[in-house]
Parts: sequence; structure tokens; C-alpha cells
Amino acid sequence: MSKKLLLEHIDKDGIQNLDTYVKYGGYAAVAKALKSSSPDQIVEEVKTSGLRGRGGAGFPTGMKWSFLDKKSDKPKYLVCNADESEPGTFKDRYLMEKIPHLLIEGMIVSSFALNAKTSYIYVRGEMMYVIKILERAIAEAYAKGYLGKNILGSGYDLDLYVHPGGGAYICGEETALLESLEGKRGNPRNKPPFPAVWGLYGCPTVVNNVETIAAVPWIVNHGGAAYASIGIGKSAGTKLISACGNIKNPGVYEIELGLPVEEFIYSDQYCGGIANGRALKAVVAGGSSVPILPQNLILKTAAGEARLMSYESLADGGFVSGSMLGSGGFIVFDDRACIVRNLWNFTRFYHHESCGQCSPCREGTGWMEKVLHRVEHGHGKMTDIDLLVDVAKNIEGKTICPLGEAAAWPVASAIRHFRSEFEEHVRNPNACLAKHLHHEFAMAH
Amino acid sequence: MSTSTEQSFTHLAGLEHQADEIVKRYPEGKQKSALLPLLHLVQAKDGWLRTEAMDELANYLNIQAIEVYEVASFYTMFHLKPVGKYVLEVCRTGPCCLVGAESIVQYLKHKLDIEIGETTADGLFTLKTVECLASCGTGPVLQIGPEYVYHENLNEEKLDQLIESLRSKS
Repeated sequence: MSKKLLLEHIDKDGIQNLDTYVKYGGYAAVAKALKSSSPDQIVEEVKTSGLRGRGGAGFPTGMKWSFLDKKSDKPKYLVCNADESEPGTFKDRYLMEKIPHLLIEGMIVSSFALNAKTSYIYVRGEMMYVIKILERAIAEAYAKGYLGKNILGSGYDLDLYVHPGGGAYICGEETALLESLEGKRGNPRNKPPFPAVWGLYGCPTVVNNVETIAAVPWIVNHGGAAYASIGIGKSAGTKLISACGNIKNPGVYEIELGLPVEEFIYSDQYCGGIANGRALKAVVAGGSSVPILPQNLILKTAAGEARLMSYESLADGGFVSGSMLGSGGFIVFDDRACIVRNLWNFTRFYHHESCGQCSPCREGTGWMEKVLHRVEHGHGKMTDIDLLVDVAKNIEGKTICPLGEAAAWPVASAIRHFRSEFEEHVRNPNACLAKHLHHEFAMAH
Repeated sequence: MSTSTEQSFTHLAGLEHQADEIVKRYPEGKQKSALLPLLHLVQAKDGWLRTEAMDELANYLNIQAIEVYEVASFYTMFHLKPVGKYVLEVCRTGPCCLVGAESIVQYLKHKLDIEIGETTADGLFTLKTVECLASCGTGPVLQIGPEYVYHENLNEEKLDQLIESLRSKS
């Protein structure tokens, strides 16, 4: 039985409501933190826990918090990144929709630890219904004294607001998110200075993902050491994995880090195996921006060891034979899925979502999309394959923000592991099974 | 943050209280932060963003009109041209395509007899595609504006029911 730290009460009737949430132990962390801890003690507990950012980068959360410029006399801000728009990733939406008070409780405790008096939850605008759920929950928290002036008689004041985005994947990048929150285009900023020094309105700011903040109440309630004892090595605690694609049981699963990938894919407790009796072809393990791995390399490392759901094991082999845990967006491809068509689709996404600020990203993503389109549609040349690799190399590391890498890594890895499929598309314009299926459907209508 | 001019506000008419409350969420002097929420507010009322409405918002927030235009044109959720009463936005990104999103788009184009980006002759439906809606486990998915309601696990039968339901409401 896997441990559930975030989803333990998610299916309880009425858990969206504050009273029910409190009945199941909710807001105990706020009381404990504000009445018997100092902000520094909470930061230390989070450091001890080994919690890492759950939005994709995996940076140690406690360390990020300790970078906040506390000597500054400017206001401090905590901003929750709820702009979930990485293809394959839908765990934050699930958390906010099902158990909004968990995020709000995490925001209160984390804001206290950072001495923030005003905090924002930046939610992608498309999730209007989630915004309404959060706003209702925040109103409940104000009414019960968990937000506002002198919270629970502690002397600590906090205002919390939801801010809607406008439909731009780039706003998931923390500095683009801050620009957007300031009412501007979501153009990423050069770093340094990092937000911990120069963030929202030029003030010290921490930006954390929804899942990261939602883990903080458990850490406060049970202690950092207890959290660190869960998981494996530097991959402490649990992780929400959103599983989708050609599997029997798509959904959001909370796993203890260190679970074998094979068990995650084939166990009825999780994905339940490949749908429609098909075979596993490949997996994108951490959202569309991470390298794709073929069946043999997702189940076992190049050294032949069982691949685990952890930051280190999924990255084992670097980008030659490994990938990343990323956001936990787990996309499964069966043996009928066309790698070329899916890569074209992903690249089209990155081209569409590039903010256009850096020319390697603005031009390069469009170039890759154009070449992939012609390969997929039967007009490619054999030299296009190396051209794609070359363009990807010339984007990677040459942009202000990581969207360049997000666009380049899938291309490089797909060609590395499935080159013969690209060559077959060039040799035989009718090679693409997905295109056949699509064409047959279109003809039928 | 209300304007001191005597200009009559039409696009914010009836929304003044909501707009004032939104501006209060941000520090004094940082009222520009309210721009995205206010664009959503006006679009929800008018259906799309006329230039005059954006000018009005600029005036209300005491910022330049160009600052509103550049934001409204950057984010995909804002309609700078008229749209139908219902905007059908089908997620076209990888995971949804793995489970049939392309077929959903084809079916809607055929059923509504319009191409992507077009509006039906009766002004009821605009068909668009959208990037990942974070509904990858319940795809194919489309959202319907102006309310932005999600409809998941779509198939042709569900689409038929959905379109008929919207038509009957109109």
C-alpha cells in the first residue's frame, strides 16, 4: 500500500469545504506553525524534509526559501505557480479542484515561513472553474480567521488572492509568471537576479508549484525527518504522477518516490498496463519537455537495473539513455503511436507557445515544426533528420528561459532512439499509421 | 483608481464595483497587475475585446492604451475579433491527440460546416483549437466559452448531444 500524504482525504465527501477539511485534520499545520514555531524553524524543517520543487525543476525547496533576501526592507511575496500547462501534466488541477484548502493551508504556512504578508496563486486562465473553487475556499478561510488580520490570534497577517492568467504556457516559467502578474506580456527575465532578490514588483519573492506548497502542511505536522524517511535517497517523499496516453487507467496517482517504473505502468493499482491489448512502445516520463525513452530504456537503465520513479533513476544515463522526472506528466505510447507525428505535435506546441523574445527559440521552434511537418506528411528528405538535430542543438542553452530546452530535448531524444522511424517516413510517404487512421476518419465524415 | 475624466464608461458599466475590488488586490501604484483579470471581466460581458473597451481599461488603470493592446494580443484567451455565442476550443496537444482529438476536430468541422477559426452563419458557434488544457487523462477535451466549461472523454455521441443542447438553449 503506497503512502498518501496529499491525496489521503481527497475522496472524502465535502472535502472541498473548510469544515470537512478541518474534520480530517486540516489547518492543524497553520495552528502549529503560527503558535509554536518561528519562520526560521519552518524553513529548517522544509530543508530537513528534502522536499524538491514539484513543478519540474526539482530544486530543493528549503534551500530556495533560504535564498530569500530577508535583510531587504521591501515586502516579501510568495507566489504559487498554478499555471499548469505542460502537456501530460494535470495533477495540480486535480489537487486544486478536489482539495483546495490543502493548497490554501500550504500557502498560509509557507507565507508565514517567508514573512510574506500578501501572497498570490497564479492560476492559468483556462481553468476558470478551478479559480472559482479556490476563491470560494479562500473566502471560507477568511471567514474562519485563517486568513486576514491576526490569524488565530498569532499577530500574523496574510492576504491571499487568486490571479487568472490569459493562456500562455510560458507563464509557467517563474519570471514570465511574475511579469504576467505585473500586468505585462509573459516575457521571461534574465537571471540573475533571481526572484529571491528581485521578484514581484522588484521585491524578494519565492515562486513555488502547487504540489510543492501542498506538501508543506504534512511536513509541519509530522516533521521534516519523517518526510525525508519516505522515498529513496535524495528523492524524498511522495510525488503526484499524472498518467495518460495509451494506458488502461489514466489518472493522478500519488506514489512513493522509488517505485519501479514497470510496476507503475503494469500494476492495476496504477496505470493497469497498456490499453486495448497493445504493447508498450515509449514513455515521456516528466511532461512533454523531457526526453522520450523507448520501452527498453524506460523499464531498465542502460546498466540493466530496474528504472525507478525518482529524480536520480529517471535521469540515470543522462540524455543518452535517461530522461527526467520533471513535472510527473507520464505519457505512454503504444506500438501504434507514431513518434514522428507526436513529435511534430509537441514541436508545434512549443512553436505556438514561444514568447518570441529570443530568436533561437522564436525561429528555431518554427523551423523544427516546419521540417517535422514535411517529414510527417511525406515530403521530407533524409538530410532533414540531421537538420532537426542541428537546429535543436542551436536552440539548447541559447535562450533566456528553459522553453528552448523544452523544445529541443524531445527532438534530440526522439531522433536518437527512433531514427529508423524518421528514415522510414522519408523513404515511404505512407509509413505513418497515425496519418492513415486520421485520414480514414476524415474520409468517413 | 477611477478616472477623473467625464468620459462615460460603457464596457465597464455595471462592473465598476468588481473592477475596484480587483484593483485592491494589488499594492498601491501597481494597479496594472489588475489588467488580466479586468480583460477577462470585460470579455465575459462583451464577448470580445473592442479597441474602445481596451482604451477604457487603460484609462481606468491610468496606463497607456498600448500597454493594454500588447497584453491582450499576447495571451490566447482574449478575442480581438467578434466570436460566436459559444466558443468551442478543442485541445489539440499530444496527449489528447493520442486518444483521438484530431478526429474530434474533424467531426466538429464537418458537423458545424466551418473551419478552425470560423463562426457558424447563425452566430452560435466559433471553432478553435487550444493548447494543453491539463486534462490529459480525460481527453479528448474541449472547453466552451464564455464560461470555460470543460467537456471531457469526448466522442461523437457526446458532441452531438452537446451541440444540440447548446442549440436548444439559444
